[in-house]
Amino acid sequence: MREPVVVTGMGVVTPLGNTVETFWEGLLAGRSGVRQVPWADERFTTRIAALCEDVTPEGVDPRELRRQSRCIQFALEAANQGWKQAGLDISRENPTRCGVYIGSGIGGIEEICDNTLKLHEQGPRRVSPFLFPKGLSNMPSAVVAIHLGLRGPSRSVVTACSTGAQSIVSAAEALWLGRADVMLAGGTEAAVIDLGLAGFGAIRALSTRNDEPERASRPFDADRDGFVLGEGAGVLVLETLSHARARNAEILAVLAGVGETTDAYHVVAPRPDGSGCAEAMRLALEDAGVAPDAVGYVNAHGTSTKLNDAAECLAMRSVFGHHEPWVSSTKSMIGHLMGAAGGVESVACVRSLRTGVLHENKNYEKPDPECPARIVAGGPKEVKIDFALSNSLGFGGHNVSLLFARHG
Amino acid sequence: MTNDDIALRIREIIADRLGRSIEEVVETARFVDDLGADSLDQTEVVMALEEEFNVQVDDDATSIVTVGDAIEYIKKKLNAG
Repeated sequence: MREPVVVTGMGVVTPLGNTVETFWEGLLAGRSGVRQVPWADERFTTRIAALCEDVTPEGVDPRELRRQSRCIQFALEAANQGWKQAGLDISRENPTRCGVYIGSGIGGIEEICDNTLKLHEQGPRRVSPFLFPKGLSNMPSAVVAIHLGLRGPSRSVVTACSTGAQSIVSAAEALWLGRADVMLAGGTEAAVIDLGLAGFGAIRALSTRNDEPERASRPFDADRDGFVLGEGAGVLVLETLSHARARNAEILAVLAGVGETTDAYHVVAPRPDGSGCAEAMRLALEDAGVAPDAVGYVNAHGTSTKLNDAAECLAMRSVFGHHEPWVSSTKSMIGHLMGAAGGVESVACVRSLRTGVLHENKNYEKPDPECPARIVAGGPKEVKIDFALSNSLGFGGHNVSLLFARHG
Repeated sequence: MTNDDIALRIREIIADRLGRSIEEVVETARFVDDLGADSLDQTEVVMALEEEFNVQVDDDATSIVTVGDAIEYIKKKLNAG
């Protein structure tokens, strides 16, 4: 039997605030973090996004800050929060038994863009020595490891919008395989730049509700017209149960099971029948030995695109039948944090398990016959739940489902 | 630009790139030992100076150890130009 993996710390950087508390309060208050983007002029078909404010990782001097891309800063801030909450002290740990898997869907895209411009406008001698230290997708993990002195396994899994969840799967595996005692895991993303808005706009995946930013992200609603780009980071501290107990750590939740599948269908469209997503949820339940009707809540991928939400509802219907769990999408308030989504949404699941409160699915006003689901609408809902699923489905067809269980 | 202006501007650029206060960036300060720069920082400082003063620093400018060395090097380049 494998050793249970538990959550002992959490950290976030989100458009609703840069602590787990402010993030959660924002979700319960139904606040939207979506705004008009000041620099996005009329040439952009989408001119809205959900941005984070005032992010400066604690204990980082100005020289170091210059050497970190925005997604690295987010990851470091979230990791520091989680580490602190978990009450970990590296001097009391075996550093080679502590690791970090924080991924980014895109990495330091801003640095890559800036230097591409410099290369073309000023020539190769003006390309920054920090292009790669800041630009590479593995650097969030690397910088967190440097700061916290984590010398065990580190990697950065990249599966687009399921990166955060996939990193959590990978970290749990490291713990289950006995390769580490403590793993920081999650995702970070900071791609709300001109190239990001233009590129995702070109896919026609983004909402163009530019005049009503707070109403733009409306997962499962009949009038949804695409997702809203967001940025931020979400990190969990995962530990083996025995390690957490040995140091008397407070256990926030249990990561009971994980499931992953691939659509093998299309680079950006999900399988219309949702079977890839459904199978990921089934595998997570089987992994934990939990029956579908024990699941009280699904924190859906729920991007607010026509295709995703319909396919995901079909998937949930096929897994749960008429024993429908409550469903909401965190993206209705903070937009789509892409590589960070799985990390941040796992934090929401853990808070729901601990508090017995589910945050609403904001902007759910007009039910869509193509999205049959029991949506938490009109405000938060008090429901004591034992199990919560978090779905993350990435461009490319990478499906991940995480099953969290209430502890105690 | 007077020699004093040039020296001050160079110190400002170094301070900015290395995240130091201008008071710390004295002429006797060594990039690595006193200002905590690594090879990436040094390359960035050199690039910033090249851009500011429109000069080219030779790749073998290994003689630049202190802030004062950098000031002298740039001054020499400017005078030669």
